[in-house]
Amino acid sequence: MAYDRPQFLEEYDNFIGGEFVAPTDGKYFEKFSPIDNKLMAKVAQSNKKDIDLAVAAGWDAFESWGKSSVASRSAVLNKIADVMEANLEALAVCESWDNGKAIRETINADLPLAIDHYRYFASVIRGESGSVSDLDANTVSMEIHEPLGVVGQIIPWNFPLLMAAWKVAPAIAAGNCVVLKPAEQTPISILVMMDLIKDVVPKGVINVVNGFGLEAGKPLATHPDIRKIGFTGETTTGRLIMQYASENIIPVTLELGGKSPNIFFESVCDKDDEFLDKAIEGLVLFAFNQGEVCTCPSRALIQESIYDKFMEKCLKRIEAIKMGDPMESDTMMGAQASKEQYEKILNYIDIGKQEGAELLIGGTKFENEAHPEGFYIKPTLFKGHNKMRIFQEEIFGPVLSVTTFKDEDEAMEIANDTIYGLGAGVWSRDVHQVQKFSRGVEAGRIWVNCYHAYPAHASFGGYKKSGIGRETHMMMLNNYRHTKNVLTSYDKNALGFF
Amino acid sequence: MPTSRVDVTSKAKEVIDKLRDAHGELIFHQSGGCCDGTAVMCFSKDEFMLGGRDLKIGNINGCDFYMAEDQFEYTKHSHITIDVEEGRGSGFSLETSLGFRFITISRLFTDEEMQNLEEIQI
Repeated sequence: MAYDRPQFLEEYDNFIGGEFVAPTDGKYFEKFSPIDNKLMAKVAQSNKKDIDLAVAAGWDAFESWGKSSVASRSAVLNKIADVMEANLEALAVCESWDNGKAIRETINADLPLAIDHYRYFASVIRGESGSVSDLDANTVSMEIHEPLGVVGQIIPWNFPLLMAAWKVAPAIAAGNCVVLKPAEQTPISILVMMDLIKDVVPKGVINVVNGFGLEAGKPLATHPDIRKIGFTGETTTGRLIMQYASENIIPVTLELGGKSPNIFFESVCDKDDEFLDKAIEGLVLFAFNQGEVCTCPSRALIQESIYDKFMEKCLKRIEAIKMGDPMESDTMMGAQASKEQYEKILNYIDIGKQEGAELLIGGTKFENEAHPEGFYIKPTLFKGHNKMRIFQEEIFGPVLSVTTFKDEDEAMEIANDTIYGLGAGVWSRDVHQVQKFSRGVEAGRIWVNCYHAYPAHASFGGYKKSGIGRETHMMMLNNYRHTKNVLTSYDKNALGFF
Repeated sequence: MPTSRVDVTSKAKEVIDKLRDAHGELIFHQSGGCCDGTAVMCFSKDEFMLGGRDLKIGNINGCDFYMAEDQFEYTKHSHITIDVEEGRGSGFSLETSLGFRFITISRLFTDEEMQNLEEIQI
């Protein structure tokens, strides 16, 4: 079935203090959909003045939100989830038009995961506590959590609603108010969501300001009245965010890039069974979300002894990937998120050919009859070696770089020969091998005999140049609050020093 | 005359000139990873704090071009041309506000060029 294009507004304003507010200087930028490269709407092009308004609205709200009961905050998070669930299909359609991804992914992955994330933090915030220590008979130490205040969050375009959930849910659960700057490529779905939830969230607790990096992101990251900045994006901007945060000495969490190895040992082919079938799908998951995932399994490491047999099956599965109109429910891969992204991926395909990598499948744009002007690229596989640029640089597209290894030592060396450390996949029927690699690969998330699962309560974050901090777990709460120590003496007697 | 590692198209030069009129002296820094995946960033000269491990690998239209040392390790056999596309990148690169995005087009150096490349400065 095909989903209809929703009626978008002509203009989208900022969401500040519980209301839609026009940008102070009246400027708007044009947002085109990657599905058909046609204008979707105009969106507020904000600057420092709008950020100032949003931060002030956050502090106004913090006065009561920061002191509100855990039960009441939990209830608000649950209501957000309920409203999103009741409007799942409508939000999924907006998300696909904003980002370009296929509707079957937004309906079955982005939205359900985002909804669950609000429910997860609604739950854990009620089930956790500070701690108390009896240091001696008369001295009690209490470790108490207190929210930071107003926090800034800058999110990416690859999963706009889900990335907002990953950052907003722990922040507001911990009692903070948020100023969120969405990516300028995908500014709309989050505003459609704010319109839906505006009656269930107290005014000013979540503020959304759209605009460009230096015009709106910088005034947010350098604002003297924010208490923390969270960012997801690339390494140079990650460094810039840390530099900005140093001006006000505030904490930073960063989720940056990856070039994740997906390692297939020979035992996966020991039997022709469900597990082999699962492993084949595990390799083909590089095409999930058109490859626009920080943890995209973009390097496949396959044991030499099974390469031919395994690859033959994988290529068949890749050939079966159905491309077409992203709004058709059986389309498996949609559009790349922007023209620039599209051009860059095609250039990487060219680099792969120049470097002498063997093109196994794909390698060109996809002529989409439904949307000839959109940005579509066929799933592409190269065989080469790990020193090639297509093995070292994050392409952020449906391009898989495949290489082989002889033994465990060589597999480990290739897996860790990267500046990144976000994710990795290990596929094997041998538990000892699995243990060795799940501990030996330097990455924040090791998927064992699975890939691309992102459940709440399993932490997510990077080693090496992939970032700082862990999301999608209750441990994230501590990135959004102070620890206050109250040290009480019940002893009536003086120390005797003076 | 040594071969340059970075060049720029005339279309990109025009955008650089416009940005320089508005923001003063500029630099380029090649980023790595995630949503803008290995994109090039254009900043005002004093916006981005360069570190001891950022290598200056060239100069395009009056702007120094930098790359982090560990990233350069894998790209040193490639020639880069900075071009510009209409559209919008994310991040903090200056040209975004003009509705453009600088892009990096790469090709491999020939063996001959490899023998006579511009020196890298730290």
